[in-house]
Parts: sequence; C-alpha cells; structure tokens
Amino acid sequence: MAATTEYAIECRKITKRFGSVVANDQIDLNVRYGEILALLGENGSGKTTLMNMLSGIYHPDSGSISIGGQEVTISSPADAMRLGIGMIHQHFKLVDVFSAMDNIVLGSQEKRLSPKVLRERVLGICQSVGLEIDPDKKIYDMSVSEKQTVEILKVLYRSARILILDEPTAVLTPQETEKLFAILRRMREQGCAIIIITHKLQEVLELSDRVTILWKGRSIDTVVTAESDQRKLTELMVGRPVSLQINRPEPENVSTVMRIESLFVNKPDGAPALGGISAEVRTGEILGVAGVAGSGQKELCEAIAGLVPVQSGQILFNGENIVGKTPAQIIDLGIHMGFVPEDRLGMGLVASMGMVDNMLLKSYRTSKGVCIDRKPARALAESLVKKLEIVTPGVDTPVRLMSGGNVQKVLLGREIESNPSVLVTAYPVRGLDINSSYVVYDLLNEQKKRGVAVVFVGEDLDVLLELSDRILVLCHGRITGVVDARTATKEQIGLLMTGADSQEVAS
Amino acid sequence: MDLFIKFLVAAVGAGTPLLFGTVGEIISEKVGHLNLGVEGMMSIGACAGFMVGYFTDSFLLALVASFVAAALSALIYAFLTVTLMANQNVTGLTLTIFGIGLSNFIGVYMLERSPNGTLKLPERITASMRSIHIPVLSDLPVVGELLFSYTPFVYLGVAVALLMGFYLFRTRTGLNVQAIGENPASADAAGIEVSRWKYINIVLGGGICGIGGAYCSMIINGGVWISDNVGGLGWISVALVIFAAWKPQMAILGSFVFGALRILKYYMPKSVIDLPVAFYDMLPFLITALVLILSSVHESRGVNIPANLGNNYFREER
Repeated sequence: MAATTEYAIECRKITKRFGSVVANDQIDLNVRYGEILALLGENGSGKTTLMNMLSGIYHPDSGSISIGGQEVTISSPADAMRLGIGMIHQHFKLVDVFSAMDNIVLGSQEKRLSPKVLRERVLGICQSVGLEIDPDKKIYDMSVSEKQTVEILKVLYRSARILILDEPTAVLTPQETEKLFAILRRMREQGCAIIIITHKLQEVLELSDRVTILWKGRSIDTVVTAESDQRKLTELMVGRPVSLQINRPEPENVSTVMRIESLFVNKPDGAPALGGISAEVRTGEILGVAGVAGSGQKELCEAIAGLVPVQSGQILFNGENIVGKTPAQIIDLGIHMGFVPEDRLGMGLVASMGMVDNMLLKSYRTSKGVCIDRKPARALAESLVKKLEIVTPGVDTPVRLMSGGNVQKVLLGREIESNPSVLVTAYPVRGLDINSSYVVYDLLNEQKKRGVAVVFVGEDLDVLLELSDRILVLCHGRITGVVDARTATKEQIGLLMTGADSQEVAS
Repeated sequence: MDLFIKFLVAAVGAGTPLLFGTVGEIISEKVGHLNLGVEGMMSIGACAGFMVGYFTDSFLLALVASFVAAALSALIYAFLTVTLMANQNVTGLTLTIFGIGLSNFIGVYMLERSPNGTLKLPERITASMRSIHIPVLSDLPVVGELLFSYTPFVYLGVAVALLMGFYLFRTRTGLNVQAIGENPASADAAGIEVSRWKYINIVLGGGICGIGGAYCSMIINGGVWISDNVGGLGWISVALVIFAAWKPQMAILGSFVFGALRILKYYMPKSVIDLPVAFYDMLPFLITALVLILSSVHESRGVNIPANLGNNYFREER
C-alpha cells in the first residue's frame, strides 16, 4: 500500500515539563500509514519523552494529538492500545518468568483462550510477517533478539497499526538488525505507520522515508530521507557542523602488561560466565571488547578488578598473579577500573555524595590520621572540573544531580588522575550525546599515548572499529576471535558475536 | 493411634488462623506489596469479629465484620504504599503496632464496662461455631474424624485457599495480577491498571487475614476475650508465605504443618521426650528461621518470589 495522505499520528505543539526542565517544547510531528519515520536527536533531546506520551506513559502538559484525523487524549497505556498504538520500549517490558505466549496476551481484554488456540494464533501472526518464536519458551531463557520478537508480537497481537520502536537495534548484531528491518519494511507494505528512534545514522538512511530531528526538546526540522545524507543529519542533530572521525593514534612502545590465562568465572547462580578465556592486554593500545550484552564482559571486568571469585585460571600482571588479591591490593598495583555498569552510578560513584567525597573514596586510605583531610580531594575535584569542562553547580553537589556526560567525566577523570597502568572502562559512552562521547574518546586516546593499557568494553561496533587497535570478541563467555580493528569489518565481528569462530569468518 | 488422630485434628484447627493469614499475605505479595501488617490486621479482625459476635450473637455478621475491619486497615496500608509510595516495611510494621494496640484498647475498654469483668461470647454463636456434624460422613471411623469434624472456619479456610489459587493461576485476571508483582512497568505497558489491582489485592488479602484473626479471638480461648489474642501468628504467616512458595494451595499444607508444631506440646508424651514447654513454644519460630535460611540458600529462578516484591511503582520515574 502506498503512503496515504491521511496522517496516522499528528502531534501539534506538544509540551512536557519535568519540574523546571522542559523536556518537550512545542513539538510538531506527524507520520502517515505506510510510512517509516525516523526520530533523530541526541540524548536528552526529548525523543523518548515524546514517544512515552504517545504510548500513554506520560501526559503532555499542553498540545494536541490526533490519531487518524481524530483528536484524542491518551491517559494510559491501555488507551494507547485501544487507539492501535503499540510501543516497543528500549528496555523490554516483559515478565521474565512468563512464557512468550503469556506475555503476548498479558493485559488483553478478551476471554481466556486455550493454550492450543493461542499458540496457533501466535504462530499465524509470526508467519504473516516472517517472525520466528517458540511460544512456550520462558523469557529468561531467551536471547535479546528473541525478546524483541516477543515485544513485536505483543504489539501485532493487538493488531496495532501504529508501531513505535525506541532504539530497537542497540542490542542487536548487524545480522539481527537486517532481519528486523526486513520485518519493518514488510509491515510498512501492509500499511502500518512506524516511528523508529535511533542514534545510528546509517540505519536512518537505510530504513526510513522521512526523518524528524529533535534538538534540545524542540522539533527543528523534518526532511525526506532520500534527499538527505549523514553529514546533513548530524549537523541538524548537533546544531553545528562536526567531524565524525574518531582519532586513532598509532600505538607506541607496545608490550604485554597483563596476560589472562584460561580464566573461568561463574555467575552467582553457578552457570559459567567465562569459559576459559585467554588474552593479552598491551601498553599503549586500546583493546576493544565486543559481544552481545551478557556474553561475559561484566565478569571479565570484575575478575580483573578482583570483584568476583575466579574458579580457575590466572591473571598475570607484570608476571604476578593477581587472582585472589583484594580489590584494594589490585588498585595499589596500578590497575584501575572505570567500570560503568548499566546504571551509570551503580559501581563507580556514590550518587548522593559530591565530587569531593567521591574523589576521597579512592584516596582516603593513603591519608594519615583519624580525621579526613578534604583539601587534596577538593583540589583534585576542582582541577577535574576545569580540565574536563565538567558542568556542575559546585564540587559538593551530589553527582546524581549531574547529567550523564558529566558523571562519566568525573568517573573517568578520577581513575585517570591516579596514574593507572591498566584502565578498564565498560560502556563509557552509554547514554552520552555525541559531544560528550568524543570527549571520552579523547580522554582514552590520551591515556593510550601515555602508555596506559586501555580495555574498552563497548557496544557500538562502529565506534569499536574506529577507536580500538585490537578487538576481542566474546560470545557466551568464550573468545570467538581477536581481530585487528584496522582491517576487520562490522559483518565479520557480527558473525563472531553470534559464535562463528574466526576461521569460518576468514574463509 | 487414637492420640495421633486427635493430634492431627488439633493440628488442622491450630493451623487455620495461619492459613487465612498466609493466603491473605500471598494475595498482597503477588502484586508486589510485602505487608508486614498481618499481625495488626489479624488483631483488628479479631477485635471486630469478637465484638460484633458478642453484641449481635450472629456468627455470619462476626465473620463479615472481621473481614471488613481488616480490609479497611489494609486500605490504609494500600493508600500509603500505592498512592503515597511510603516505604512498605515501615508502613507494615506501623500497621502491626497500630492494629494490636487498637484491638487491646477496645478490648480493655469493653472489659471495664462488662458486668462481671469478663467478656464471653453468648451461647448461640458459640454453638454455631462448633464443629459441624455431617450425618453419615462425620460418623465414619478415622476418616470421619480426620476430614469431617471441624469448625466452619477450617472448611472456609480451605475453600478460600483453593479459590485464591484458582484466581491467581487459572484466570486471565490472575495472570495480570502476577505480572504486576513481577514487573509493574511491563504490566502497565500492557494496559493493566496497576494501581487498581494493587488496591484490590491488598484490601482483599487484608480481609482474609482478618477472618484468621476472628478465629484467634473467638475459638482459641473458648470464646473468652483476652488481650494479644493473635499472639505472633501473623508473623508466622508472613514466613509461611515463603514456605508455601507463594501458592495458596501450598499454604494449606504449610499452615497445618505449623499448626502441628504449635500444639505438639500437648500431645508429645513426657515418657518419649521430656522437654520444657518453652521449647515447643519456640519451635514454630525456629522452623520459620530454618525455612528462611533454606529458601535463601536455594534461590533460583522459578522459586515464585514476585520479582518486584517490596518495590513501589511510579510510572513516571526517570
């Protein structure tokens, strides 16, 4: 079906405030049936807020929303569903202990169906759009892409005609992304209206018909994808021309500083998280670590930092085995973590403390006397604010009140100031906008130039390929390949991430 | 043998207030609300049931009153934790202290005004609470005594437990309710009215606890009012939820086992094991501690604990 002139969704002058922060400022947006609209914008530009209003999670302070030409009020997710709007959230909204089927029918108003009828109905929907799922499988046994399939089925099961996807590809391998796009295209042909939120410009250009760009809570432009390109979109998104090239200095004085030998680590429930991995970490280079979320990245970082018990194997740092040492002993050796778990503040910083006290967390043991001397920590905090251009009302303001990018700078800055010889960072740019991301890349490169061995656990393959020197690929707790980032391709890494081993990929 | 059958029958009776408490708490915990006010809600139910029974001489009205009064106290808890998002543990503990205090206060007030210094339920209501005699069935040897010799509370308790099990695990509504306790954000996104169902379950659960309280005040002491008549059974109920793995059907078994522990002291022949009575009084709590230890050691998926137990849900949280 060709795009009709009737709008599926038309938003006029939508405004939403959170306290004194204006998240959405008079946003206009529209999408037709049979069309894919990409919604582009940096973090904090209000994309998710806007979509949450369409799906009934938030309520706009002012402005109007029309669905199929009718002005409507969406006051709950149930309302949105009745209007045929289905949202696939960035963090899946699934009940882990339920089967796929139970999740699909959850909350629907119809009478209880026998499992047999239900199973057939679900498989019927699968067939019509080309999805594959085992309806009886429990969510906790599923891979990320299977979970996403369930989310899509949930929406289709209620015959939603308007589909909103919030960063659906962030957790997928390139191959899985292709499959998802094929399904979305098929749904477009069947006359659905689709809004997709993404950071990845290539995907926008590949998939969408039109692009609406948000900037600081305002919709600044809507362009036809075919008449645009990557550079133009970036400029609109950031508000000024930027260079997209990530700097990658040549490694100097490379020598192995840390050697991991057949390391086995178990998860708390006893399942293996790392199944005998061996790797080298070298000074003066950035070792990228790629893998689908949950492939053992977290355990690898925590094993190096001495935070999880190691089943067997060794981690040799300058020839000395650090397995079994306490985190404090490991820090004293000069191994520093800028470990950023999924909630950015979780492990690195104490959210309710200010910068000064967070600096103290790493240095209080070395100071003498009973009382805390805050002076050096305060000086350090102040110098970081200047050096890294950290935006904060003051060095004593609790870090949870700071924006994600600034928190990241505090965390990395503190680790770097202690002159580490190994710096481990996990997802240091997660949730950061383009500008802040580049500041972080520069910081890591600076450390590399100083001869620090940097381990960079990342999720965006484009960034990993541009920033790292070597990339280690994890899959289900095993290393499926270590590739040269200068010659490797995205497809190659994608295959390694799904478990093909390096010989197969090479041939 | 005869003693053993008597022991079993007594165990069922002693387990009955626990059964109501446990099933009520399961209904509340399934929507993610850990209500530590069971002891208090049971006390309020105990007081309301007894007083209404005392004045109206109607067993049915007493039951209704205990349910309604405890449900109202659960409504306070629901308003504080669901709507105002107060801390669940603090609110629950407060409800316990409040409930026990209110119940004792009303009890003492009434005692002072009673002609002979005691409060005793009238004869008609006591008669209607006696063990039901079913012709033929109750007269069967052994089976008759084991299955058909109980007070109406016992049959009501088992019926409520089975009904609640059906509600939670066999209906579409039950599926939705479970989803709320597991992941309220998912349930919300699926169009389930999270707050509404939380209220319904918390209040319903509170009411069921209240009937258990009525058992404590009306049966255990032979229809005579004493203070603190719930005496810690509410706390055992909270722990029994874990023993029952959040399944009302399992609560039937669990409460009768704990009922057996409570009355063991009267049935254990001194010639076999001679232990001080205090040991037996401690036993249910000791086993509770063991259950808690075992269940936390053996923690794995499918243990049924609602994943979001104890967390309030705020839709617009960022």
